[in-house]
Amino acid sequence: MSETSEPNPDREVGAQNLPGQRGEHGEEIRVQRGMFGADSGGDTSGYGGLTRSVRLPGPASRPYGGYFDEVADELEGALEEQGLVPENAIEKTVVDRGEATFHIAREHLLTVARTLRDDPALRFELCTGVSGVHYPEDKGRELHAVYHLRSITHRRLIRLEVCAPDSDPHVPSLVAVYPTNDWHERETYDFFGLVFDGHPALTRIMMPDDWQGFPQRKDYPLGGIAVEYKGAQIPAPDQRRSYS
Amino acid sequence: MTTPSASARETTEGTVYTVTGGDWDEVVQSAAKADDERIVVNMGPQHPSTHGVLRLILEIDGETVKEARCGIGYLHTGIEKNLEYRTWTQGTTFVTRMDYLTSFYNETAYCLGVEKLLGITDQIPDRATIIRVLLMELNRLSSHLVAIATGGMELGATTIMIYGFRDREMILDLYELITGLRMNHAFIRPGGLAQDLPPGAVDAVREFVKKMTKNLPEYDKLATGNPIFKARMQDVGYLDLTGCMALGATGPILRAAGLAHDLRKTDPYCGYETYEFDVPTADSCDAYGRFLVRLEEMRQSLRIVEQCLDRLEPGPVMVADKKIAWPAQLALGPDGLGNSLDHIKKIMGTSMEALIHHFKLVTEGFRVPPGQTYAAVESPKGELGVHVVSDGGTRPYRVHFRDPSFTNLQAMAAMCEGGQVADVIVAVASIDPVMGGVDR
Amino acid sequence: MGIEEKLPSGFLLTTVEQASGWVRKSSVFPATFGLACCAIEMMTTGAGRYDLARFGMEVFRGSPRQADLMIVAGRVSQKMAPVLRQVYDQMPNPKWVISMGVCASSGGMFNNYAIVQGVDHIVPVDIYLPGCPPRPEMLMDAILKLHHKIQNSKLGVNAEEAAREAEEAALKALPTIEMKGLLR
Repeated sequence: MSETSEPNPDREVGAQNLPGQRGEHGEEIRVQRGMFGADSGGDTSGYGGLTRSVRLPGPASRPYGGYFDEVADELEGALEEQGLVPENAIEKTVVDRGEATFHIAREHLLTVARTLRDDPALRFELCTGVSGVHYPEDKGRELHAVYHLRSITHRRLIRLEVCAPDSDPHVPSLVAVYPTNDWHERETYDFFGLVFDGHPALTRIMMPDDWQGFPQRKDYPLGGIAVEYKGAQIPAPDQRRSYS
Repeated sequence: MTTPSASARETTEGTVYTVTGGDWDEVVQSAAKADDERIVVNMGPQHPSTHGVLRLILEIDGETVKEARCGIGYLHTGIEKNLEYRTWTQGTTFVTRMDYLTSFYNETAYCLGVEKLLGITDQIPDRATIIRVLLMELNRLSSHLVAIATGGMELGATTIMIYGFRDREMILDLYELITGLRMNHAFIRPGGLAQDLPPGAVDAVREFVKKMTKNLPEYDKLATGNPIFKARMQDVGYLDLTGCMALGATGPILRAAGLAHDLRKTDPYCGYETYEFDVPTADSCDAYGRFLVRLEEMRQSLRIVEQCLDRLEPGPVMVADKKIAWPAQLALGPDGLGNSLDHIKKIMGTSMEALIHHFKLVTEGFRVPPGQTYAAVESPKGELGVHVVSDGGTRPYRVHFRDPSFTNLQAMAAMCEGGQVADVIVAVASIDPVMGGVDR
Repeated sequence: MGIEEKLPSGFLLTTVEQASGWVRKSSVFPATFGLACCAIEMMTTGAGRYDLARFGMEVFRGSPRQADLMIVAGRVSQKMAPVLRQVYDQMPNPKWVISMGVCASSGGMFNNYAIVQGVDHIVPVDIYLPGCPPRPEMLMDAILKLHHKIQNSKLGVNAEEAAREAEEAALKALPTIEMKGLLR
């Protein structure tokens, strides 16, 4: 649908089972060593020395293609009208697989969301909630909150992404703009420990109130127990050897 | 409580009131003032008419609900976290158990997301897509039937419950014929389907469409014009379009508020733009309107099922790419469904490379290029969205489900406050939340 | 019809245990304890095609005070566990528990932080019913097996004796991990 800044060799179907390094494009979130996830004992596979950086698609340049240019233009224009510098609010725009992601600086999230909802040319009326993602090795931007906004008027869908460091896990709440985010933000807080400032009652929703820790973070173990069979036991899924 | 029209005197048997008639408003007002019986009622999480393990905390004044809140999480299963420790293909086994009444929607949404990440959306064979649509529409029927059946039961109408489960049973028979299971199928896989339709499936579905076309009017006859049913449902659980948009309510709730928003029309997937069907709406914004919308959607689903049957042509049901497709043709053996004997003979007897390939793909799985995507389908309850993130590995990095039941249930407070306690049950039933989807 | 037509003098001798067991098994009232997918199959079992009424079991009681069987139908989360125990404690004796489905029996495929790995950590279980979810026929089979168990349950000193024997047998039993044989 659209042209990203560089061709993405990962997208070639034939290349996807190659474990090695593929290109320098995009944004590194993690470095992968070895191939089979096992780091105890000697390297019997011969793949132990393999290093590969895991890269998410990087920022795109204009034109983004489709309706994304129109949305970006309108959004930038509307932000300028409110006296904001668009470059400060929108850190970068990623266009990948026919979907546009606007990375928003967290202090401007509320303004951007309100603009997206209210501007007649944008009209993203429906927020489908927030999804947290934890990138423990993406230093300084460990916790991401991802919002999908749908415009019923214009039949469009965009994604907003906000990140916060683990040491200061605060993101402004969108409940004032999209009341539907009430439970979604509580859920993300419950699972990731992201604090949504301005939420009317940010409490745990899924886990019991006295639960310790945030279970869907990457550093929280799956919490399974070994299963005993006749004369043998099988470790929990997160304790098993696995491919990575 | 003493007013001019209701005087009190003390006797040896306690206070005796003499009510002599007068202004009832005055009586009611003084009663409200003297009333310190604003009580908090906890319904659930184990209650026969709360649609699963939902906890309702109601602050009531007499029969009037002053405040209503939901307690959820009693069925939190950690499915999203569990997915991160399984391969992409194994993921379908987990997602199918989220909203257990709409298994095929969970599977399809998840698979559409994975396929988008893989960039193989265009390569999915037509036959696989048509069977997906067929199964999804059958699933819409069975889900709505349960919604109507349990909703009726919660009103005290046991007959409609028996009817609903009778018809749902016919659909479960079809599922069993096609996927081998009555529920929790894991039949739709990234890249296509687990296997092709078995012989006789098309005829069985046609037979079912005939029976169902005959049975559907029974719900009309039993419920639609029924004065008791209407008295319980009309103007109950009111949520207008503004409320729906603010609270993100989708599906029959939104359509009963008059907006014909249906992802099958507005953001088509699986070739829905080529099917002929209508999006029914109602303008009453209440539980009765939602019931009518569900009933009409079942008729439309039958239309789509028939179109699917006409379109089915022989062909593959899995992508041609051998790096993604499950390596073996599955077949039914004496111990259940498994790799076909022909395939085992080939990998064990003649082709070492095929054996290695089979082993790698089954134990390790395929790699999905890094990135994130959002795929949404119109489930019987509303917009079911999946946010899938991959880090280039053989397992999902993060999968998040935006389940319509979860979002729609937030509207409970708006629908119930100010109404009667008995109407809370009707309102919750008209949202049709499935706790497996709400809590995941 | 049956034996009652051929009674020599209108009398039939049996033990108190057999008589009370027969009475108890003939109308077991299950509590509605549906949790997840299995609850739908449990409802299906009560509905038209499978018709639990044939076994005197169609009356699902909303109140645990009126129930004597708890069918734990579905996965039990850590948050639900105290509630489940409370409902069990509210049921009057004698009471029985069927653990319906693999999640209730052992945690099943959800071996993680959220799910109790087997409802027998919380309440004593009489019948474990495998399946994900079990078919209605399987549930009926479990119920019939439970009927058999209720029919043959002991009373008074015999019950104490039976409990002691079961305890001794359990203490002597080989732990699963030390058993030999197939991996299952």
